[in-house]
Amino acid sequence: MFKIVEKRILNDSMTLMAVEAPYIAKKAKAGQFIILRVNEFGERIPLTVADYDREKGTVTIIYQKVGKTTLMLDQLNEGDAILDFIGPLGKATELEGYKNVAVVGGGAGCAIAYPQAKALHGMGAKVDMIAGFRSKDIIILEEEMKAVSDRLIITTDDGSNGNKGFVTDALRKCIEEGAKYDLVIAIGPLVMMRAICNLTKEYNIKTLISMNPIMIDGTGMCGGCRLTVGGKTKFACVDGPDFDGHEVDFDEAIKRSKTYFDLEKEATREYNCRLMEGAKNA
Amino acid sequence: MPNMSPVKTPMPEQEPNVRNKNFEEVALGYTDEMAAEEAKRCLNCKNKPCVSGCPVGVRIPEFIQRVAEGDMEGAYQIIKTTNSLPAVCGRVCPQESQCEQKCVRGIKGEPVGIGRLERYVADWHMKHGAPEEFDVKPNGHKVAVIGAGPAGLTCAGDLAAMGYSVTVYEALHTAGGVLMYGIPQFRLPKEIVQKEIDALKEKGVKIKTDMVMGKVLSVDELFEMGFEAVFIGTGAGLPNFMNIPGEGLIGTYSANEFLTRVNLMKAYLDEYDTPIIRPKNVAVVGGGNVAMDAARTAKRLGAENVYIIYRRAEEQMPARKEEIHHAKEEGIIFKLLCNPIAIHGDDDGRVKAIECVEMELGEPDASGRRRPIAKEGSNFEIPVDSVVMAIGNSPNPLIRSTTEGLEANSHGCIVVDDTTMATTREGVYAAGDAVSGAATVILAMGGGKEAARSIDKYIQSKHSK
Repeated sequence: MFKIVEKRILNDSMTLMAVEAPYIAKKAKAGQFIILRVNEFGERIPLTVADYDREKGTVTIIYQKVGKTTLMLDQLNEGDAILDFIGPLGKATELEGYKNVAVVGGGAGCAIAYPQAKALHGMGAKVDMIAGFRSKDIIILEEEMKAVSDRLIITTDDGSNGNKGFVTDALRKCIEEGAKYDLVIAIGPLVMMRAICNLTKEYNIKTLISMNPIMIDGTGMCGGCRLTVGGKTKFACVDGPDFDGHEVDFDEAIKRSKTYFDLEKEATREYNCRLMEGAKNA
Repeated sequence: MPNMSPVKTPMPEQEPNVRNKNFEEVALGYTDEMAAEEAKRCLNCKNKPCVSGCPVGVRIPEFIQRVAEGDMEGAYQIIKTTNSLPAVCGRVCPQESQCEQKCVRGIKGEPVGIGRLERYVADWHMKHGAPEEFDVKPNGHKVAVIGAGPAGLTCAGDLAAMGYSVTVYEALHTAGGVLMYGIPQFRLPKEIVQKEIDALKEKGVKIKTDMVMGKVLSVDELFEMGFEAVFIGTGAGLPNFMNIPGEGLIGTYSANEFLTRVNLMKAYLDEYDTPIIRPKNVAVVGGGNVAMDAARTAKRLGAENVYIIYRRAEEQMPARKEEIHHAKEEGIIFKLLCNPIAIHGDDDGRVKAIECVEMELGEPDASGRRRPIAKEGSNFEIPVDSVVMAIGNSPNPLIRSTTEGLEANSHGCIVVDDTTMATTREGVYAAGDAVSGAATVILAMGGGKEAARSIDKYIQSKHSK
């Protein structure tokens, strides 16, 4: 069992948890992920390591309440424990040698993009951070992102923060205004990452993306997380989760991400009903 | 008087058309009377050819004599001296190519049902046996075992019996390895595996789950933590694909994923959240035991048509005869001398058909089996909504890629000395599928046993210097 030592609500749909996992905290690096299982009947889901504290022995995750498993996780509070917490899995992001980087995050993806920006900033690289949200009231980690970037641009789909647009628009503007990036890191929904990759291809800028497909064990055993990268089959859990975005077959990945879409929707609906029943009876 | 019947006492089974709709065990086991009758078929030969056919050297005629005498606990204790997982082996060992193949009774009829008797004795003990008492003096030495599958559990059990303090590290949330995630409930009930694991824990073996070794701790760190030797039994957990078009379509599974979702993650039970596609028409590609397991599992999930697609003929199938027989009885359709060349999907990227080509057998190849050759222009499609690839596994590379000085061959198998199971690195031993590539439970157990003996020798000699 893995004790939750901190729970912080970031916005209506996103929550941060610091979990006691000393072995993982000792080894984790930016870009790696963990797999957790809330209880005996639950699914195993992968979540990126958002931060870690080697001294305290904690690993921080940020999750978005999108389905039954994350809703179940969200029922737990400080002092409660998660049944299984496994990691650090996947390869760490290779950040050595880059001098001028744009880190692009979309929604919950900002939680994963932030540690990358932080690591790059710490290594002395110039970092532009572009963060996109649906609207102003769900912006997360604004202060943190500001602290680790030379320039922070936040866009909203609805323009509620005064900067309407998509992250692609903002990135294009930066490039056209003369930013000479030697690397773009894009983390967020698949369609957003695909749009960024299409853009950076035009300018021939190397682009790293972080994939988060369906997986079970995270050790290469089930092969469920396979992707086509540069025409070859790769397993996101052991070969990734970072890949050269210009090589990834996004169409396939987007289709595969919908494998259990109907089953998930139904499970989430049922679980929400039960939560509401519980609230009514309480 | 020995029972001179030329055939084995039959073991009751669930009716094929009943069992292919449930996950209960197929074979129901002997009653006391059946076991006594079968035990009397053993001639108790002096030279015991059967024992030489057993990778762990179970004292077969001795335990069978006890069964004939009605001393089941005595029989169990004899088996237990050499086999730490008898209830498992009695169910999944390929006895027909091991102990039973050497049985003298097999010359003029069927061999003694050694596997069935082993299962009977182990099950009897689980039901009626007294809890075992362990009176082993700790010897003060620590050994780490990586992987809680058949090889690791056997090695751990044997070392614990010698007085070692053993810690087993397992990557998944449940110990048991392939016995838990791979072999289906209807062939090997998970409760039985769990009981065997609990018995090991009572012997003092510590099992740490959720530990992906090579990632969370390295072999070097284990030595720093005071372990004097490390055993690697990480199995063959890297699924092979055919590299044909369409393997990325929704509904295409590796057998590992399909079986793990059902066995370990219990997708067939409503109370579990694990999603799985419940296909109507399924193609399982491959001809081994794993292919049979996947096909029979798909049938139980409600599939109407389940096809086994295999590129050679039935005689060349690596699966046990009994598994092929059970699969056929349950209505699995065998498409032999067929090879898939592509999987086709619909606009949403879901599997809709598998395209195959007919094969014929040519000259024998390197494996001694006749090489299948495609018949030109014989392409045909089978409409399916799911495809399961059961064409083998390679050793999982996590440990060897993170451990210095650990040599592996071109197939990724860890190189060991055949007799001692010592790897190219001092103090590190390995066995099971991580060494052999995908093989059987009992061979993995045999290797784990050998490694335990070598580890004991290694540690003792280090301290007597």
